[in-house]
Amino acid sequence: MKNLVIGTAALAMLAGAAMAEGTVRLGTEGAYPPYNFLNDAGEVDGFERELGDELCKRAEVTCEWVTNDWDSIIPNLVSSNYDAIIAGMSITAERAEVVDFSQNYTPPSPSAYAAMSADTDLSGGVIAAQTGTIQANHVVDTGATLLEFPSPDETIAAVKNGEADAVIADKDYLIPEVEASAELMFVGDDVPLGGGIGMAFRKSDPELRAKFDAAVGSMKADGTLNALIIKWLGEDSPRF
Amino acid sequence: MMRSVIFAYCADPDTLAGIKWLSCYLTTGKHLSFYGSFGTVLLLLAITAPTALLFGFGGATAARSPIAPLRWFGRGYIAIVRGVPDIAFFLFFVIALDQAFEWMRHKALCPDWDQPIRQGNDFVVCAQAKLPLSTSAQWLHEAYGLTLAVLTFAIVFGAFAANVLFGAMRAVPHAQLETAAAYGMSPRQTFWRVMVPQMWVYALPGLSNLWMVLIKATPLLFLLGVEDIVYWARELGGSKTARFTDYPHGDWRMWYFFALLVFYLAFTKVSEVFLDRIMARLTKGQATSGGEAQRKAA
Amino acid sequence: MSCWQTIADYSLRSIGYGERLLPRGDFTLCQQFTLIGSGMIWNIYFGVLALMAGFFLATALALGKSSNTWVLRKCSDWFIFLFRGSPLFIQFFFAYFLFVALKGSVPALGAFTAPWLGALTVLFLNTAAYSGEIFYGALLSIPKGDTEAADAYGFSGLNKFRKITWPTMLRLAWPAYTNEAIFLFHATTLVYFSGFPALKQRGDALYYANYFADKTFNPFVPYPILAGYFILLTLVVIWVFSLVNNRLNRHLPQNARPKLRFRPRLLR
Repeated sequence: MKNLVIGTAALAMLAGAAMAEGTVRLGTEGAYPPYNFLNDAGEVDGFERELGDELCKRAEVTCEWVTNDWDSIIPNLVSSNYDAIIAGMSITAERAEVVDFSQNYTPPSPSAYAAMSADTDLSGGVIAAQTGTIQANHVVDTGATLLEFPSPDETIAAVKNGEADAVIADKDYLIPEVEASAELMFVGDDVPLGGGIGMAFRKSDPELRAKFDAAVGSMKADGTLNALIIKWLGEDSPRF
Repeated sequence: MMRSVIFAYCADPDTLAGIKWLSCYLTTGKHLSFYGSFGTVLLLLAITAPTALLFGFGGATAARSPIAPLRWFGRGYIAIVRGVPDIAFFLFFVIALDQAFEWMRHKALCPDWDQPIRQGNDFVVCAQAKLPLSTSAQWLHEAYGLTLAVLTFAIVFGAFAANVLFGAMRAVPHAQLETAAAYGMSPRQTFWRVMVPQMWVYALPGLSNLWMVLIKATPLLFLLGVEDIVYWARELGGSKTARFTDYPHGDWRMWYFFALLVFYLAFTKVSEVFLDRIMARLTKGQATSGGEAQRKAA
Repeated sequence: MSCWQTIADYSLRSIGYGERLLPRGDFTLCQQFTLIGSGMIWNIYFGVLALMAGFFLATALALGKSSNTWVLRKCSDWFIFLFRGSPLFIQFFFAYFLFVALKGSVPALGAFTAPWLGALTVLFLNTAAYSGEIFYGALLSIPKGDTEAADAYGFSGLNKFRKITWPTMLRLAWPAYTNEAIFLFHATTLVYFSGFPALKQRGDALYYANYFADKTFNPFVPYPILAGYFILLTLVVIWVFSLVNNRLNRHLPQNARPKLRFRPRLLR
């Protein structure tokens, strides 16, 4: 064991720059299953936890998980309180002005509406969405009445208690909720929004971005990423 | 997935029911973090209160200073911080504070750094100036986060404490100070030996009010990046589907928030009793109507 | 787009007039000032109405707390303790929960789930509890001579309360009540932040400040703007309350009138 530690340390010295920077801190929300959530033990778990750990292994860096409120997740990245965001964040032009994204690690996956009855009026009714998401923007564009909640589970609660007619969110987030609920169902067509989900980095940190970008690429190439998508997001979720 | 760390029979929660299920559910690692966060809040209050008092004392002294710029600074601090809703303050102040510290360290530690600190939206300082260093352990990062939160709270509540103490200093009867001067005490001696010991009895009602408010401001800690009781109550109470937990349940936020309500009410009650006692002790032997009443009753 | 155009489009956006879409890109300072200012309409609405309605309940609570009837005294005591002893944050949560449940059984009460009525109710009860405690303290410190003189002049019952007790109570309570008013305005920022959902992107000043911080990823512009608006609002409130203060103390010689001092509580 001791030898192994010394061995790793030597390797670390050789690796130079990467290790001199110390650990890479990964910021996530911890409230968006199946992408990221806290398990019963209170640790970050989910698709992105498993993906992130594998990416760190391939990029040969040690990683540390940090949870942060969704609202301030980008300001805290750009002020260097952690080094990357891996939090189910869709790649959008707005965000790309402030941060640099890795290549996407899920294909552009659709958003979807869930409601209590099949004949819900999606363009004229009240639609619940999480504040500050691309789905919230989409609802405004459709002309429907937007009802905003700070957290995703409140949007679902709003549909169940009748405050909203439907909820819009990433389909992957809604699938387990709809499966677990006797009342909720998907309505309307899926809506393609965003350019898939990627990791976000500071614009001033291109080396780190390149490292993780390559790691995502290698996971795409050898099929491990697809296996993870099937495991966490289900057979129906689009794959590479 | 992690099982409860306390009871052996929790190995398979699906087969459990009733009290046994509940005992397992309430002892998951996540719940232990929830209980721990009560400790975090209490610890934070215990550190923040004296720090805020210190800031308040500094602010009040500055506001009374004969040196004009110092006086303006003291009065400006009191007026501006109190005029702004605390949420608005908390939403940007922690990041600002963090950047200010790192900027100062950067100037001191990396004088020959040639890149700009602000690169577009990015705030980049040299590796040695980072707080805490990116090589440090996770607990250090958390401790640093907590320190920032304490500091932010202390700055906000310090302004309120400053206002209370400023009033209390003025409430000390002028004759007391004149007598001190007549006895040949220097202004410094008068301040420390006559005014400061006497001002507390005038300040206490205001300070106890402030303490009550401080207790009730702790739900805002999650804005400052501290995983406090409200954070965990929301996290645990939100409905859980069976795929991601061994203990699926519906929307139980109400029960968790009810627990918080009981906690806050109890804490308020205990504080009230405790502060009444301090007031009784401080009033002893003071030249106020309260002190007079005490003397007559004895 | 000129700044005047922006003001025309967005200054009433928070109550549903003007441009339907919020700005999406190329954010200007003018847009931030206009929309955050537009949100202030709601902060003022909540503050003013809750304060006015709360004033009456507060008087009732203060009388209840000093009443000789056991039931009245206990009810007022508990009401005040419940609302002063718990964070407003938690009060909003329970209220919203309750109103949604209420809507399920009595659809006519559905309006309570909307902030304009639901949040207003919570703020009203909250400020009534705080002001009630202030008024109660003032009732206790009414000089004995005043009420004795009133008795001697043959005042009694409602007449005595209206002409002697109540004005004196207000006069004594006014400085503390001013602080309560300021803090009620500050507390209105919690409505959309943690309590009630925002409909059609109509929200208060903090909601829009949050919107811009979220879109520009830069918290250092919108939040200080919000802070500036609130400092202005605080000054206005102090000014209005000092006018009332002068009226309440008009019978006193100029130098015996108590000066209003801003000595508020923070969040409740």
